[in-house]
Order: sequence, then C-alpha cells, then structure tokens
Amino acid sequence: MNIALNLVAVQTIIRKEMVRVLRIWIQTIVPPAITMTLYFIIFGNLIGRRIGTMDGFDYMQYIAPGLIMMSVITNSYGNVVSSFFGAKFSRYVEEMLVAPMSNAAIIIGHVAGGVLRGLLVGSLVTAIALLFTDLSVAHPFIMISIVLLSSIVFSLAGFINAVLARKFDDISIVPTFVLTPLTYLGGVFYSISLLPEFWQMVSKANPILYMVNAFRYGILGTSDISIGYAYTILVGFIVLLFSACVIMMRMGIGIRE
Amino acid sequence: MNALTIRNLQKTYDNGNQALKGIDLNVEAGDFYALLGPNGAGKTTAIGIITSLVNKTAGEVEVFGHSIDTDLATAKSCIGLVPQEINLNLWDTVGNIVINQAGYYGIGGKEARERAEEYLRELRLWDRRDAIARSLSGGMKRRLMIARALVHEPRLLILDEPTAGVDIEIRRSMWEFLQKINDAGTTIILTTHYLEEAESLCRNIGIIDDGRIIEDTKMSTVLRKLQREVVILSLTDRVDSAPKLQGFKTSLRDHNELEVEKGPEHDLNDLFAQLDAQGIKVVSMRNKANRLEELFIGLVENKPGNGGVA
Repeated sequence: MNIALNLVAVQTIIRKEMVRVLRIWIQTIVPPAITMTLYFIIFGNLIGRRIGTMDGFDYMQYIAPGLIMMSVITNSYGNVVSSFFGAKFSRYVEEMLVAPMSNAAIIIGHVAGGVLRGLLVGSLVTAIALLFTDLSVAHPFIMISIVLLSSIVFSLAGFINAVLARKFDDISIVPTFVLTPLTYLGGVFYSISLLPEFWQMVSKANPILYMVNAFRYGILGTSDISIGYAYTILVGFIVLLFSACVIMMRMGIGIRE
Repeated sequence: MNALTIRNLQKTYDNGNQALKGIDLNVEAGDFYALLGPNGAGKTTAIGIITSLVNKTAGEVEVFGHSIDTDLATAKSCIGLVPQEINLNLWDTVGNIVINQAGYYGIGGKEARERAEEYLRELRLWDRRDAIARSLSGGMKRRLMIARALVHEPRLLILDEPTAGVDIEIRRSMWEFLQKINDAGTTIILTTHYLEEAESLCRNIGIIDDGRIIEDTKMSTVLRKLQREVVILSLTDRVDSAPKLQGFKTSLRDHNELEVEKGPEHDLNDLFAQLDAQGIKVVSMRNKANRLEELFIGLVENKPGNGGVA
C-alpha cells in the first residue's frame, strides 16, 4: 500500500467534508445549537428546577454531558450518512472508487469528517451549556477519549448505513427508529438507578448508555456503569464496524455492480 | 506494449443479464481506439470493469501490464475516466472538484492546485473555477469531467461518450484537445455514438455487440470494407430527369440535387467527366451518410442469427 498517497487522499476527504459542513452551516451547525438550547431551557431550567438534584448534581448539570454526547453522536452519524449517501446517489462516489486510494482511506476520511463535525457541534453545545450552568471537568482524559471513541463508533455506523441505503428514506430510518430512542433511553435525562431492576438490566443492553455515562463520569465524576466496560464496548464496536466497512467496500456492496 | 489487455472478460449481472460474453481486446500504448456498439452492447460494462466500478464475473484485465486482480492500485493510477453520465458533485466548485480528484491520486497541496489550473485553463474553465458545478452548462460539465480525469496525468484516458449532448463547436474543440493529448503520448479509448467522431479521431476500432467483439482492427481496414458510397451533388442548373452515367446509379432528390451511388471500381474523376460531358455543372458535393455508420449497421445486422444485410 502506498502510504503517502493514502495520507494525501485522507486529508483530501477530510478537507472536502469540512468544506461541505461549513458551506451548509445552516443545516449542519445551527439546528443542533437551537435544539440543544431548547433542551437546556425546557428540561434543564424550567422542569429541572422542580426535579432538584440527581446523583448530587443540579439537574441542569446532570443532563449537560448527556446532551453534549447526544449532539456528538447524532451529528457524527448524520454527517457521514448524508455525505456518503449523497456521493453515492449523485454518483460522484465514483471519483473515489476509480482512484488508487485504499478502501480504508475512503472509510477513515469520511469517519474523520464525521468526528470533526461531531466535535465541532459538541463544542458549540458545550459553550451553550456553559451559559446555563457551571461545568468542571473531573477526568479530562476520560472525557476526551470517550467523546472521540463514541464519535468514531457512530461515524462508522453512519458509513455502513450510507453504503447499504438505496434511497433517501433508508438514511432516515436508523436515526429515527434506532438512534433517537436509544439515545433518549441511554440515560441522557435520568440515572438508571431510578428504574426498576428489570429495566436497569434492559438499559444495560443499550450501548449509548455506556457512552453517555462514561462521558458524564469524565465531566462530573459520576456514572451508572463501569468505565472499563464503556472502553471495552467502544473499542469492540470500532473494531467490528470498521471491519464490516472494509469488507463491504471490498465486496462492493451497495457501491459496485 | 499494450495499454490495455482484456482476456475472456465476462460479466453476468444479478438479474441474469449476460452483458459480456467473453471479450478479448488489445489496445496498444499511444493508440486512439474507438469502441463502438449499439446501446446495451456492453461498452459501459467493459469500461466499468476496467476502472473497477463493476465487478467482473470472469476474465483478466491488465492496464500497462498491471492486473486489476493483483495490482489494482497501480492499474487505477494509470487510468483517467470520463464517464457517460454526469457524476460531478454539483454543489462543489469547479476548482475544488479538480483539486480533490488530484488528492485522491495522492497529489496534494501546491502541485494539485497548479495542475488544476493547467487543465482548467486548457479546457477553458479557469474563469469558472469558483462557480459551483451545478451552474455550468452541459458542455462545460463535460469539459470539467475531462479536466478531472486528466489532473493525475493518466497514461490511459477512457472517454465514454464524452460529446453526448454537446454542440458542434464545443465537440470540435474537444476533438482538437483529445488529438493533442494523444499526440503527446496519452492512449485514448473512446466510445461514441457520433461515428464521424470515431472516424476522424481513431486509428483502431473495436465493435462490440451483444457482449461480444465483432470487429477489432485498424480504422482504415474497416473503411476499406465499404463496397459502395452515396454522394449528393448540388447542381448549378435545374435538371428534369436523372442523367444516365456509365458505372454509376443515379436518382434525383429534387431538380437541383442528384444522388449518385458509386462502387469501389469507379472514381470521382470519371463521375465529374461524365457530368461535364452532359453539360451538368456541380456546385457542391456531400456524403449521403456517414460511411462508418453504414459499415457499423452492416456489421451489427450481419451477425449470425440476424439474417441481415450483405
């Protein structure tokens, strides 16, 4: 493999993705900022004042890490799925397929684009959160590594969705029917210790729970789950999803006849 | 050395359509090769396999000796593709599209920008470098796809109907440009429905029909196979009936236009001498039909099973 060639190719895809995100900033950056501001006002401020504290933190402080993680996850996923499916739909994905760069370079470039948009929006949501509450970082390394790994997982998942999608409906099914419910049930707004034991067990099958709680642990120092489990699950998902992406690209599933 | 070697290439799609039934093809380095065939003959499938956009069912493809099975990246780096369908990111700028394509081939930074400028100037698109591709005319989009295909300076350029829907002036300028890069050493494979294009540009020709190569030879050899030619003469003065000319079959299209069919054994000097002897003056002359087109139709219709034309 020509490493220098592939590095330039990856940089090119990342630059292209960033140009796209910034060109359509009204679609990519503004909506999550508005949505999260509303979450902070309605759930954090208005309702949160009546809820009081959760795990020893103001409700606003408690939900802030989850909302930041939710915006990172949805934007990482959304960026890759819309960008790569758009390239497939308009056939300019062929620009990359005829070029000598490796399949891994195509995947890494798009995943990096998804991660960067996720982190960009996540940073913006963090800045908005700081307008409503004080946040101090308890474990900076854990906070950064968890948000990065989670963003990679959902960017890879978005890539798989884009490869398999045949029409625009197919790229909204997973976010609507899988991602959003799992995120809402992933402990963004509550501690699973509030749930009956059975539903606590069910909740632990939701991978987003581990991401939200590990990220919350990085910021607030409190979590419903073991941080070690969270890292194991995240790394496991990355290996699994990246391998699936490579195999699908190699076989040409969804992109080559 | 061959720019392209294809051996027993076969493709059967999932729906059972056997698009390629075992084609063999050799294109020499430096050639300007025409690949012709009716719609659905297998041209685009063959190009798709060569450029790795379509998975083959069986057979071998080598680009400058590099197999697409064992050395795909090197084979890909030798090829530039101008596809039949517009496949541009219509929301990206003209400049970015070409610079990004260079990046996909490992050419980055200043060199990518310089090459993009060179080819955009060459294809008269430099003034539109900051425009989004969507705002370009059809002809400009075709030229942009050529600039994009050339930015990594491929040794083999494959153009799949590059002048479809392009007006004659732009088509002529594209022909000149393609001739120039072929003269500079780039091997070109061209598929087209404008047979005049193939006749005037290409040295060798392959005709593909129903997934098989039915002709693979020099353009001059193909043209020599023509047994007859029909010319239309515009006459200075009105005539009431078609003149009788020995060795030629004549008919009037109208009172000032004469259609003459000539065989290979007669030349035009003889024709004009006979007309002159009868006091008929000719203002201008044109071919009734594209000669290659006639041959192409003859070859396709003459296939076993078509019961066709001699």
